[in-house]
Amino acid sequence: MVRLITHNLLACHAKGCNANNFPLQFKDVEIEIREAEFNPDFLRGFLPKIEWKALVDSARQIGDTSLPAEQPEMVDDDFLKSLHHVLLELHIEEGSMTCPNCSHVYPISNGIPNMLLAEHEIA
Amino acid sequence: MASIFEPSLPTPDLSHLTRADYEHVYEPAEDTFLLLDALEKDAQELRQLKPQVCLEIGSGSGCVSSFLGALLPSSSALYLCTDINQHACRCTKATGSQNKVTLEPIIASLASPLQHRLANQIDILVFNPPYVPTTSDEADAAQVTSGISGAWAGGKSGMELTNILLSSVPKLLSPGGRFYLVGVVQNGVEEIRQRMRQAHGLDSEIVLERRAGRERLWVVKFFKAAAPS
Repeated sequence: MVRLITHNLLACHAKGCNANNFPLQFKDVEIEIREAEFNPDFLRGFLPKIEWKALVDSARQIGDTSLPAEQPEMVDDDFLKSLHHVLLELHIEEGSMTCPNCSHVYPISNGIPNMLLAEHEIA
Repeated sequence: MASIFEPSLPTPDLSHLTRADYEHVYEPAEDTFLLLDALEKDAQELRQLKPQVCLEIGSGSGCVSSFLGALLPSSSALYLCTDINQHACRCTKATGSQNKVTLEPIIASLASPLQHRLANQIDILVFNPPYVPTTSDEADAAQVTSGISGAWAGGKSGMELTNILLSSVPKLLSPGGRFYLVGVVQNGVEEIRQRMRQAHGLDSEIVLERRAGRERLWVVKFFKAAAPS
């Protein structure tokens, strides 16, 4: 399941690719929306772990513009609901993710990202 | 402590998995069940930790992470799972759905693509590694081909893959985080514990030990000290 919460934690790990290797860029994605249980405490706790700009840019790449460019200082319920939807309810089922630095392509198939590297690409 | 009166949690429902799946993916066995028992034994402690990020390495059938998701309030954490075997990742996802826990399988070796972003962020790390002593060549081939032998072929002392992970555990765990590791007597658990204490300052505790046929299994838990409050 590639949801944006997981995508926000994945970086390119190919040999020698240590800078500008995040976030991976989505391409040719197919998206499904599935409802998830709203848990405001989880979202509040997770917020500091998120790279905000990467999340907003990636959401826009796949057509969701509901998040503000800057992380709001006031975390209210409306904001948490938008965040919940973007992080947990958008499932990228097919497509690929490309490293912005080395252009390595990681495919996504049946909702599962393939982050394996060939032996010569392993750091 | 009310824990002794708490009814024990059922083993996750695996009825959707078939013989054909188990040709490619390790079928839960005594080592899996010992790990479930160890997690259940620590249920109260794990709930009190209020984990937000769980990572299981080598999730295989998805049995262990589904169990963890049932043990904890399921919407309160992210359950990441990695496996080098694509069939295993498919089964992990299906077992999550079957048990109403959203698991996030990623086809990857160890924590490789997560290491950068999850430094000091993993609250519960779980690894039931390939622990059977084999030749190094056999273990390497098993990892490269990403098939079912990758679930057990452990190389020298059954520790080759585990040793790679052990060196990154201190970087991955959050303050207060826990790492559960399964193994057999041939892996030398006391040596592992001593090494982790001396090299990385991680204390540990044997959670459970059990004899299963010819194997003498153990589950050890490593702790990273909580941040001073």
